[in-house]
Amino acid sequence: MTTVTMTVNGKSVTANVDPRTLLAQFVRENLRLTGTHVGCDTSQCGACVVHVDGRAVKSCTVLAVSCDGASVTTIEGLANGAELHPMQAAFREHHGLQCGFCTPGMIMSAVDIVNRKGHDLDEHTIREELEGNICRCTGYHNIVKAVEAGAKAMGGTVAAGIAAE
Amino acid sequence: MYAFNYQRAKSVRQAAGLLAKNGEAKLLAGGQTLLPTMKQRLASPPVLVDLARIEGLAGIERKGRAIVIGAMTKHADVATSTLVREAIPALAALAEGIGDPAVRNRGTIGGSVANNDPSADYPAACLALGATIVTNKRKIPADEFFQGLFTTALDEGEIIVKIAFPAPSKAAYVKFPNPASRYAMVGVFVAKRGSEIRVAVTGASSDGVFRWTAAEEALRSRFNPKSLDGVAASADGMISDIHGSAEYRAHLVGVMAKRAVSAALGK
Amino acid sequence: MTATGIGAPVRRREDFRFITGQGRYTDDIERPGQTYAYFLRSPHAHAAIRSIDAAAARATPGVLAVLTGDDLAADGVGGLICGWMIHSKDGTPMKAGAHPALAQGKVRYVGDHVAVVVAETLAIAKDAAEKIVVDYQVLAPVVDMNAAVKKGAPVIHDVAPDNVVYDWHLGDKAAADAAFAKAKHVTKIDLVNNRLVPNPMETRAAIGEYDGGSESFTLYTTSQNPHVARLVLSAFIGIAPEHKLRVIAPDVGGGFGSKIFIYAEETVCVWAAKKVGRPVKWTSDRTEAFLSDAHGRDHITHAELALDDKGRMLGLRVKTKANLGAYLSTFSSCVPTYLYAPLLSGQYDIPAIYCEVEGVYTNTAPVDAYRGAGRPEATFVVERIVEVAAREIGQDPAAFRKKNFIRKFPHQTPVIMAYDTGDYAASLDKALELIDYKNIGRRKRESARKGKMRGIGFSAYIEACGIAPSAAVGSLGAGVGLWESAEVRVNPVGTVEVLTGSHSHGQGHETTFAQLVCDRLGIPIDQVSIVHGDTDKVQFGMGTYGSRSGAVGMSAIAKALDKVIAKGKKVAAYALEASEADIEFKDGRFGVAGTDKSLAFGEVALQAYIAHKFSGQDLEPGLKEGAFYDPTNFTFPSGVHVCEVEIDPDTGVTRVDRWVAVDDFGVIINPMIVEGQVHGGIAQGVGQALLEGAHYDASGQLVTASYMDYCMPRADDLPSFKVDHTTTPCPSNPLGIKGCGEAGAIAAPPAVINAITDALGHEDVTMPATPQVVWRAARKAAFRTAAE
Ligand SMILES: Cc1cc2nc3c(=O)[nH]c(=O)nc-3n(C[C@H](O)[C@H](O)[C@H](O)COP(=O)(O)OP(=O)(O)OC[C@H]3O[C@@H](n4cnc5c(N)ncnc54)[C@H](O)[C@@H]3O)c2cc1C
Ligand code: FES
Ligand code: FES
Repeated sequence: MTTVTMTVNGKSVTANVDPRTLLAQFVRENLRLTGTHVGCDTSQCGACVVHVDGRAVKSCTVLAVSCDGASVTTIEGLANGAELHPMQAAFREHHGLQCGFCTPGMIMSAVDIVNRKGHDLDEHTIREELEGNICRCTGYHNIVKAVEAGAKAMGGTVAAGIAAE
Repeated sequence: MYAFNYQRAKSVRQAAGLLAKNGEAKLLAGGQTLLPTMKQRLASPPVLVDLARIEGLAGIERKGRAIVIGAMTKHADVATSTLVREAIPALAALAEGIGDPAVRNRGTIGGSVANNDPSADYPAACLALGATIVTNKRKIPADEFFQGLFTTALDEGEIIVKIAFPAPSKAAYVKFPNPASRYAMVGVFVAKRGSEIRVAVTGASSDGVFRWTAAEEALRSRFNPKSLDGVAASADGMISDIHGSAEYRAHLVGVMAKRAVSAALGK
Repeated sequence: MTATGIGAPVRRREDFRFITGQGRYTDDIERPGQTYAYFLRSPHAHAAIRSIDAAAARATPGVLAVLTGDDLAADGVGGLICGWMIHSKDGTPMKAGAHPALAQGKVRYVGDHVAVVVAETLAIAKDAAEKIVVDYQVLAPVVDMNAAVKKGAPVIHDVAPDNVVYDWHLGDKAAADAAFAKAKHVTKIDLVNNRLVPNPMETRAAIGEYDGGSESFTLYTTSQNPHVARLVLSAFIGIAPEHKLRVIAPDVGGGFGSKIFIYAEETVCVWAAKKVGRPVKWTSDRTEAFLSDAHGRDHITHAELALDDKGRMLGLRVKTKANLGAYLSTFSSCVPTYLYAPLLSGQYDIPAIYCEVEGVYTNTAPVDAYRGAGRPEATFVVERIVEVAAREIGQDPAAFRKKNFIRKFPHQTPVIMAYDTGDYAASLDKALELIDYKNIGRRKRESARKGKMRGIGFSAYIEACGIAPSAAVGSLGAGVGLWESAEVRVNPVGTVEVLTGSHSHGQGHETTFAQLVCDRLGIPIDQVSIVHGDTDKVQFGMGTYGSRSGAVGMSAIAKALDKVIAKGKKVAAYALEASEADIEFKDGRFGVAGTDKSLAFGEVALQAYIAHKFSGQDLEPGLKEGAFYDPTNFTFPSGVHVCEVEIDPDTGVTRVDRWVAVDDFGVIINPMIVEGQVHGGIAQGVGQALLEGAHYDASGQLVTASYMDYCMPRADDLPSFKVDHTTTPCPSNPLGIKGCGEAGAIAAPPAVINAITDALGHEDVTMPATPQVVWRAARKAAFRTAAE
């Protein structure tokens, strides 16, 4: 067992974990934050994407013990209380989800895209940047629209976007 | 995943010491190759030595005409580095094309080069640019480093510390991704430095990355895609799987090489 | 149309929980004392099990049980079933081999279930499973359908010594032969419909639980139809009687058919829960999903189309081999038969059709319904042969289709179906306009200038949805009736709970079903909640598949709402002291005709419950109504999809450049949700055409067992789609709905392949048309042009 301490969604957590515990398992099982999903074994689907120190990572491919001292944001930490993050709101407005299983990872990746590429995203960029997120339901059409709109909206509320990290 | 003991190294020396203590221990860099392998129970190291906290192992600097990249530098940082973009834009572009953004946020150049996956991108850059792989023990020229499928010149317990890439005058990397995995099905890195021309091919050969000397020769007379007309890569020894036969891969090597030369010429 | 009524693009009410990470999927549920199951699976495609030695596994600390097929047999637990009886041409019933949930004596595909380990943690269960020693006698496998039916092929089930499950046919052979005898032109094609793995992003999962006090079981599971799961687990497998088994399907992360079926894993979890006395949880990993989820499609077909001298269709003959895998999955038998052949008339007036289908066992994962189920396979045959025929006789493929469209309704096809309504030419015309067909020549030349090849492909599809009426499906061999149920509970304050037997796993029922309620009752949408997915709450239901939730599920709700309104009128009559005949219900109020006396819906609900204004003898108190709706016919959504591709002949990469879909789904409840369904379907169809294919090697190993090798459509593989519709309301249900869930997946594959073959100028392209396939085909085209 190894002790880890990290900040998850703004709260400090300390736990004793088996070193083989993946970050995805840690947030789902230890912290019961089940919004982070696991959809594959080969680090390809992106259902598990969270932010570690402000960067999108696949939590199924990161050891929890590696995150000692890190700041982790999961989908549960994105909204500001009852107020949705602009990217979350955009996914709802543009019907960017159906079964919802890929959605947390999609939204976390989308926010990361905006953090890196800015608020004015064209369709081509969005499609390329979503390479690591697989959705089986939507055909991506509305996800692309949602990300584009969410990016713009985040531009209007830069403070909210940063505060959420 | 099988159980293992997790060790966080504070220095390269300490990491080397931990490796020496247990012959089956493995280094953990970005984990983007090692962890998926362990999750599928295809690897079972009893000890993992995490390199992430070693100071000075990540970072990019310019040394004379070379760009030197620390082993723990993430793909995303290479892709966005102004130093790399100015000196070797082809290398930044290559890094930008590895996996997806989340993978690039964890995966490291050292891990990729040490792993020498036959479909990995960085080995092509190392070979074509004539990079030097610097370990805790010695300096290894890329030409000697890559020794076939998942095999390198690294000794047991040897750790990559940094990689030095001499800047070329012209270079480009063009990748034909495997439709499913998005690793390189064929990737061709073309580099020209003065009269020296190197063409490195990844993804295609069952021996891993290799230099395509016939193409190099053809390009030496004139650095132009047309020079490659009629120069065909042999299908012998090429990987053949459900995604592409040896013949198809050999063909793609030719197409990607031409496109790389065009791109290097800014066309 | 009101802001939340029928036809409004209401934003989904279920989304809040999903976008904030508060969805509750099966794997998110943690039961007190929960243990973990891990299945030891066969590494061989075909082997006899001589013995299983689990002693070391059992002795592993933390292991609660290791169970095998012998234990199942000892407890009298029955095998998994196939619920649709198909009879061969000669009248003999299909040959269903036994399908134990854990292997008994033999394994028949890689991934077949050999034993289960139940342990305190998943890691312990996996470690212990590695210690189980199975003595296999490896048998020769047969993976290929053609090889399976050859004399002397390895026998997979003793009941089917020739590996043939059934040799079935439909239609009038003599009539079809006569049509071909007088044909001026006959087009022949050979097609392979590639095997797919459904891959909902949520893998299957199950938690079985046993309560000794009440002697009852609970199963949490990723199911599209929890009631059917309960029925099968009770009546056929014999785990527990129905009233002692509760099945809950919470949020489900996509299904596409693969979560209709009753699999080994959930069966074992429920059974094992009683054996170990604690909840038993299993969550599939993706590799297991590839190995053991029911796959889809996998046909080999030869088809022939007879034309007269003007290019009119005279007859169609189709001969198909369908791979059913190693066992018959829950509904597998009907997919390549009754969900397939009856659709072979497409949108065309074809006087004679004859189809033969051989269902074949192979040492591969079972094959069952996957989005579209049978109808994509039929559409692929029809739309490919129609395209090829038009090209062979030198007619424009759009004009050729139009000439042969059915124009008078109702139309009885020679293969069971009676199409009720449609306007196929309207959809085609609109699609041609949206894709800018008249300028396709110019676009082709522009592509050619860049060294690229451009092609355009059409697909005019039809599907039969709703999968009902019950009497009709019963006569075709279905083991169940395919109606749907609904119950509308009006609370005393006028809020409404609708209990439905349909199940939502992405379709947005919590929104669309509530829209119907708003529309009918005139109450705000936030006063309506939709309850589904729990057999303790909803009495019975048939679940969601076959694009049936709108046409059948919502019709049941509409019927129950009618009853609520009728009862409300009675209550209102007493409360308003008027005659029931004078009560009108409009805009959410019960009023007395010709007066300004009225009561709001909620007020009437209250009156119904307090029952002060009427005697309980004259009128029952309360306001709750149920309905079972059994439709009068299938529904027939149809439409035209057009796809334009641009091919790089040097690499074979095909880029889908434009997509136009014009569908006729009848009445649309929520256009936003309907368009989303179309998008998702197209993506899966394009996936089948260009990217996806399950591939077994000769030894029966699944080569494409992860996303490293099985190519899922990603965002950058697809364009944005232009989606539009035409409307002919469906006459066979009260709402006029036809269904939309499968259209894209049905329409897309032939559109893509027709576009590629158009670009290349020859027909030799197989699915998935990967870069390698297209490159080879492009080279062939180049040789051909050079030779001319
Ligand atoms: C979804 C996905 C897509 C990917 N796509 C691509 C792609 O397109 N192209 C591509 O090239 N790669 C791709 N990768 C692999 C990725 O680039 C990895 O990051 C890389 O191969 C390994 O780097 P790592 O830092 O993650 O190493 P790790 O996984 O931590 O280690 C890999 C191996 O290298 C050893 N090692 C690590 N660091 C050192 C060192 N400094 N010295 C000596 N040995 C060391 C480890 O012990 C281990 O054996 C992909 C990975 C994923 C998950
Ligand atoms: S679960 Fe992490 S990438 Fe699929
Ligand atoms: S919404 Fe279901 S997988 Fe994306």
